Amino acid sequence: MSVFLAISLVVLAVLAIVGFGPSAAERLRRHLPKRRPPRERIPAYDPGRERRAEARARELLRSVVSEDEYRMYVELGFIAVEGSEGDGGYGYLLYPHRPILAFDTRTGQLLSEYCVVFPDRSEPEPSQRLPDADDVLAKWMSLRAGERELISVANMHVPGRQVDPGQAGRDLIRLREWRARRVVRAA
Amino acid sequence: MKLVRMKPGHGDVLLAEGDPEVSEDEERLIAEFRRQLELGMWAAVPTTEGARREATMVRDFADVPRDAERVVFFPPAAGG
Repeated sequence: MSVFLAISLVVLAVLAIVGFGPSAAERLRRHLPKRRPPRERIPAYDPGRERRAEARARELLRSVVSEDEYRMYVELGFIAVEGSEGDGGYGYLLYPHRPILAFDTRTGQLLSEYCVVFPDRSEPEPSQRLPDADDVLAKWMSLRAGERELISVANMHVPGRQVDPGQAGRDLIRLREWRARRVVRAA
Repeated sequence: MKLVRMKPGHGDVLLAEGDPEVSEDEERLIAEFRRQLELGMWAAVPTTEGARREATMVRDFADVPRDAERVVFFPPAAGG
């Protein structure tokens, strides 16, 4: 009797596996955490690599912008360029990885912030940023080549949203003093 | 002529180099130029007008001055 019962149980178990096995396995697979396809490994932040990248970017910047503009970037940390739309009388401060800041060249009054970024979407990790000097050069070339197009792409805000107006005001003073020193040195 | 591209974590990288007056070089430069535009890059040609430095955006290799030293590719601007 017990042998018959054992055989029956084995037969039932085999039938259950054959009948419900594939769907049960599929259900189990759905509930297990999915394995992600292997991605290109993104190296962690490496200060040495970033420094080398910035050095290369500075060389490119130096070869494209004027000597004055390059020295301005190195010594002040930003480049000031004049706007060319309309009657002029305004300029921009180009900071690395910060909004472009428009200002009145006569009064120094801050006019607006233009938030613009250059995300490399062809890269596996789009959050990786261009080196500082490349970011400034991308802004410089975009402004020089098509000021209106760049400004139309940017998100415009009143001054003070991301760049501290006090700091920007001090930067404009530093810029004026820096230019005066350059004139004296050249004379 | 050199085609260079700004790259995150690298600085600029040289993509292609050649003389556009030599047909083989020109073909290679055109192919790389198109590839970068297909990737969505912007292309600028730095120029010098007297002491003033300028840049011109180009969307076709035919728009690149034959005597241009470099074309710089960089990611397109987006609102931040």
